[in-house]
Amino acid sequence: MAAPALAAVAPPATSQLDVVKLNAFYGAAHILFDVDFTVHSGEVVALLGRNGAGKSTTFLSIMGMVARRTGTVWFDADEITALPTYEIARRGLGFVPENRRIFTDLTVEENLLVGRQAPREGAPTWEPERLYELFPNLADMRKRPGGRMSGGEQQMLTIARTLMGNPSLVLLDEPSEGLAPKIVEQMAGAILAMKREGLSILLSEQNLHFARLISDRAVIIEKGRVQFTGTLAELEARPDVRDAYLAV
Amino acid sequence: MPIFLGPQSIVTPMQLVFVQFMTGLASAASLFLVASGLSIIFGVTRIVNFAHGAFYMLGAYVAYTLTEQLSGAIGFWFALLAAAVIVAALGCLLEMVLLRRIYHAPELFQLLATFGVTLMVEDLVLLIWGPEDLVGPRAPGMSGAVVMFGKYIPTYDLFLIALGPIVLVALWLLFHRTRWGVLVRAATHDRGMVAALGINQKWLFTGVFALGVFLAAIGGALQIPRDAVNHSMDLSIIVEAFVVVVIGGLGSTTGAFLAAILVSELNAFGILVFPKISLVLVFLVMAVVLVVRPWGFFGKPQPPQATAVGNTVRPWRPLNRTELTIAGGVVLVIALLPFVLGNYALTIGSEILIFTLFAASLHLLMTVGGLASFGHAAYFGLGAYGAAFAATAFGMPMVVAILAGPVLAAFGAAIVGWFAVSLSGVYFAMLTLAFAQIVWSIAFQWVDVTGGDNGILGIWPDAFASSPSGFFWMTLAFAVPALALLQMVIFSPFGFALRATRDSELRSESIGIDRKRTQWVAFVVAGAVAGLGGALFAFLKGSVFPDFMSISVSIDGLVMVLLGGIETVLGPIVGAIVFKALSIWLISQTDYSKLVLGLAIIAMVVAFPKGIVGTLADWRAKFDARRARKLAGGVATAAVAATVLGGVVGTATGTLTDAAATDTSHRNVAHRNASHQEIDR
Repeated sequence: MAAPALAAVAPPATSQLDVVKLNAFYGAAHILFDVDFTVHSGEVVALLGRNGAGKSTTFLSIMGMVARRTGTVWFDADEITALPTYEIARRGLGFVPENRRIFTDLTVEENLLVGRQAPREGAPTWEPERLYELFPNLADMRKRPGGRMSGGEQQMLTIARTLMGNPSLVLLDEPSEGLAPKIVEQMAGAILAMKREGLSILLSEQNLHFARLISDRAVIIEKGRVQFTGTLAELEARPDVRDAYLAV
Repeated sequence: MPIFLGPQSIVTPMQLVFVQFMTGLASAASLFLVASGLSIIFGVTRIVNFAHGAFYMLGAYVAYTLTEQLSGAIGFWFALLAAAVIVAALGCLLEMVLLRRIYHAPELFQLLATFGVTLMVEDLVLLIWGPEDLVGPRAPGMSGAVVMFGKYIPTYDLFLIALGPIVLVALWLLFHRTRWGVLVRAATHDRGMVAALGINQKWLFTGVFALGVFLAAIGGALQIPRDAVNHSMDLSIIVEAFVVVVIGGLGSTTGAFLAAILVSELNAFGILVFPKISLVLVFLVMAVVLVVRPWGFFGKPQPPQATAVGNTVRPWRPLNRTELTIAGGVVLVIALLPFVLGNYALTIGSEILIFTLFAASLHLLMTVGGLASFGHAAYFGLGAYGAAFAATAFGMPMVVAILAGPVLAAFGAAIVGWFAVSLSGVYFAMLTLAFAQIVWSIAFQWVDVTGGDNGILGIWPDAFASSPSGFFWMTLAFAVPALALLQMVIFSPFGFALRATRDSELRSESIGIDRKRTQWVAFVVAGAVAGLGGALFAFLKGSVFPDFMSISVSIDGLVMVLLGGIETVLGPIVGAIVFKALSIWLISQTDYSKLVLGLAIIAMVVAFPKGIVGTLADWRAKFDARRARKLAGGVATAAVAATVLGGVVGTATGTLTDAAATDTSHRNVAHRNASHQEIDR
């Protein structure tokens, strides 16, 4: 199973999130196989792959939301593999899940209130008013229950809610999924704004065009294994990789 | 026409209606407190806290003791509050010691564990406070009455009537105006997401549980100026609270408030309209509400989910030829027992055989159908009464009377089942419990027909079955075909369809299975077989009593199935034999059998969730896997792993196989649930 002797060596200091030999299981089904990658401070990394490739499972594993997994996850030079989910979040790892998972009975304001955590050193500090600037659509519906919002508005609320925790790194699971083209553009703008604030971002995508707009580097995953790691430019130079692992 | 009511005065019908109305409102206050607590706890922890009635009762007893010690107005009110705080602290302890271990367990286990707590509290109350009813003091300054419409309304009742809305508003403010309350509402909606936002749910759960228990305990404490404190408070309130929650909608405090008023008023007026069977009114209203709004006034329809009670890793299969021969041999050995055993042992033997029928019929519903009925004793009891009516009122011969039992039971199951199958999970459990309690109270209250508490006596078997050995053989002759029939049903196309509805409502309906109809038929079949058991039981005992359909008999059935092994086919038979033998022995050994039984249930749920047959099957699978590995090395290992979930597992290692074959903990059950959900998405 885990090889603690190997994993005990701390990763280099420039990296903020290090995933080392991550394996994940649902019951007896083996989903992730020795997944390895790094996110450096201030970087936007795209985790690319088809539906079912293991992107969401990777995120859930990092957050401690997959019950059985092996390998190591390092965050800010601390090992967080065995920590409970809430503790991982409190260390500054923000998670924006797939299919939004907003609290539909709660208003926009209340959703943000749930996400609130104390300000963190070395990470941008967010207040509801600043988030309403980042996502102007939300400003007009502060008292509206989350269940009565459009998909795009819900996606913005999910991100805003996670930012209320003042994370230093955000995991965005398919932020463009199911959104209208115009909203996708807004979303890309918001993510770039987050990057400018100094946030590191790991986002998963099936949509290469969207990833290209905002990412520095790409990690391609297929059938639970990492198939490619490199900059976006390096990926552009490898049409074979793109055609083999991404639906374009 | 004026009605004379006691020496106090002459009352007009309007006044009588008014008095009953005010009494109903006053009773609603405590019921609302208990039901809202139940609802809040369920909302966040997804646990239906059966022990809620026990906490209500403890609140009353502790308040009684404290009011004995403290005097004066301040002392009295302080005592009520202190009692609720003390009981809430006990609730915290229970949450941290027991519930935290079973949050991931299937809901049936949670209901059973909290029922185990209820059993223990009942005996502990008996140990601490003794068997007598205790009469507490009047509320200082509120012992008088106020004249309204020419009638005296107790001041304390007016206080309670005002308290209900005050608590409702306070709860609303708590949940909408404090961050803690907003977190609770968020967690009610999506616990996992709340954790991912950095909130430690552990303490949120504990806090919510404490709040819910506090509400129940204060509800109990507030009763002491009105009613004597007694031992049956817990079960009577929990059944009413279940009804309130089903009508009002699980998770809604406003719904609990309105439904508590409705149910209390129905009780108050039911006594006027149907003095003999007052609970029938509640039954009718609940039925209407469920037809119109299956999720209650303010509840929300829950998305269809996998309702599997357990999670079968090894697929079921019918007995093969060798095993059938063994089973035949076992039946033959049992048939020869009368030549060896004495009369007492044979009578117990008959009783055990009867309860294998009861457990196996519940198993069909619970394990095969995924519908955990908490009121299965109703059909056992209906079977007994059906046989008793046939034998005494109509003078039918014994064998005909025994067959009349299942007919009445199937009839009752058809009515209840028709309503019940539109719900699932905990709603189903609560609804079946409530219906069973109503059937029980009809048997208890309708003295002219059922003999009430005195039961129906003189139901003697025909000559050929009058000796213990004759009766034993007859029971065996009924039980074996019925059990065989149930096994055949499980492996018939109908049984497959039933399992499909259990595993995925959506997917089964999308391939053309009529879920409700399938489950309804299963409900009726299970009811009929339980009724056969009840009919035999009536002749075994020579009498029938309302107790045959009490909650404890229903729970006994659940424990038998659980003890045998919830994920197995033969479990209920083994479970019934072991449980019945043990409990008969236990009752002969101790006066506090509930304490021991409650503890045993909790221990079983926490440490032994797979039951006897499940654990044996695990050992066998492990043994087989080890032998296979020895024979064929790594290849066999991978094959075993692949058959377990038929999945992805290309590079399965030996360790993985072991983990899959031996995981008995709830955690792993939860993983599999999680993977179900993941796939459904």
